[in-house]
Amino acid sequence: MRISTLAYSIRQGLKNIRRNKLFSIASIGTIAACVFLLGIFYAIVTNFTHIVDNAEEQITITVFFTNGNTEEYKAEHEAIGEQILANPDVADIKYTSSQEAWDEYKGVYFGEREELAEGFGDDNPLANSASYTVYLKDIDKQSEVVAFLKGLDGIRDVNYSESTAETLSDFGKLAGYISVGIIIILLAVGIFLISNTIMIGISVRKEEIGIMKLIGATDYFVRSPFVVEGVLIGLVGATIPLVLLYFIYEKIIGYVMSQFSTLQSFIDFLPTNQIFKIMIPIGLLIGAGIGFIGSKISIRKHLRV
Amino acid sequence: MILLEDVNKTYSQGAPALNGISLKIEKGEFVFIVGNSGSGKSTLIKLLLKELEPTKGRICVNNRDLGKMKRREVPRFRREIGIVFQDFRLLKDRNVYDNIAFAQKVIEKPTRSIKKRVPQVLTQVGLSEKYKSFPKELSGGEQQRVALARALVNGPSILLADEPTGNLDPKNSWEIMKLLEEVNKRGTTVVVVTHNREIVDAMQKRVITMNKGVIVSDEEKGGHYYADKYVSL
Repeated sequence: MRISTLAYSIRQGLKNIRRNKLFSIASIGTIAACVFLLGIFYAIVTNFTHIVDNAEEQITITVFFTNGNTEEYKAEHEAIGEQILANPDVADIKYTSSQEAWDEYKGVYFGEREELAEGFGDDNPLANSASYTVYLKDIDKQSEVVAFLKGLDGIRDVNYSESTAETLSDFGKLAGYISVGIIIILLAVGIFLISNTIMIGISVRKEEIGIMKLIGATDYFVRSPFVVEGVLIGLVGATIPLVLLYFIYEKIIGYVMSQFSTLQSFIDFLPTNQIFKIMIPIGLLIGAGIGFIGSKISIRKHLRV
Repeated sequence: MILLEDVNKTYSQGAPALNGISLKIEKGEFVFIVGNSGSGKSTLIKLLLKELEPTKGRICVNNRDLGKMKRREVPRFRREIGIVFQDFRLLKDRNVYDNIAFAQKVIEKPTRSIKKRVPQVLTQVGLSEKYKSFPKELSGGEQQRVALARALVNGPSILLADEPTGNLDPKNSWEIMKLLEEVNKRGTTVVVVTHNREIVDAMQKRVITMNKGVIVSDEEKGGHYYADKYVSL
């Protein structure tokens, strides 16, 4: 594209916006509403996913050995550990030796009343209970990994919680489906509304478009100012709610946390910067994209001259 | 060169607008197309611009078969043709200079060449002093001269004029015709659709007369008389 053509398209695009001030403002408003809802939705879904991810991290599988005594079978345990780590669905493993298991038990069940454990002397009742805690990359793969672990030689028992993993995994999927559905609806509404606005601009300039086509303008040249108009409206429409959301996000999180202080112990919201690092480019892209597609749809039939 | 072979055009409803038209216009010719309203003159112009597709037949313009032309090739093809309408079709929100420059911008000519070319055509149509005026500040004749300048600015090999004097008084009509004749002398093929009997009779050019979608006469140095025969008033 020539620089003069680009300048022409931008000039005409701005002129169109000025000419149809009311409809342009209406379009900016609609896109702003769309992006605002998308933004809120994105923040909710991302935070929800983040919370689910955190919860998923807590879900682990515990593996006990047939020969569970650390002192005697350390080498065998290490060999099994290597086999577990080689599984692609396993993120990490943590070894708990017989002594650590006993210490942990004492800490949990006897607490500060250590004297209760004195009766055991130097005996370790959990001498045969060394274990691996297995962390998964994806909670969906729990049953496959459990089957894999059960199939390994030297494994006595595999402990896991099927229902928690399934519930979290289902939650994640549901959130995904709902978000895709809502995003599609909002995008369709946005495209429909902006294409109507551009259509009004086109009807005003119908004669001009006809003349342009008859004197040899390419579709691309005729289309450019309308595309510029659509993209500009889309960008302005997206910027407003993004700025708004940026400032209210933190306030809302602060409010939720202060009102429901019990949440603090197990819910961790994402910080503003982390959310907006992705939301800003996505929001602008969606705004510009709605404008681009909306303008292309409305100009298409007018180019058939 | 313009060539039509057995061209038919039927709109979705009603009788055929053109019925078996065969016609050849050589490069550099000046041709009048005359006929009653509804005789198919405007349909013919639209077909030559590839604004419409024929129902049947073959149309060649400048050795290019319009039936075989791809959609993306149409803009380039139209740049070889200048077009003038009865109602001028100027852009009301732009002044004379911008209306003419617009035709060059549309085909993405560089600004430097536009600045050089527009004053040349303005001089050619005798409007160099009115380049800042807006269409509503001009007389009908002046507006048509702007439209003519716009049609000529890209140096077309063919100029199509659809009733160019239809909205003008006799004096202005003659001025436009003189300009068209001048353009023709410089080598451009000129096809004028008109009702203007006086001008057709006086200019003694080739006259093609149409009636109800067929060519009823094609005279080398004709007049409007054939058309008169078919005009039912």
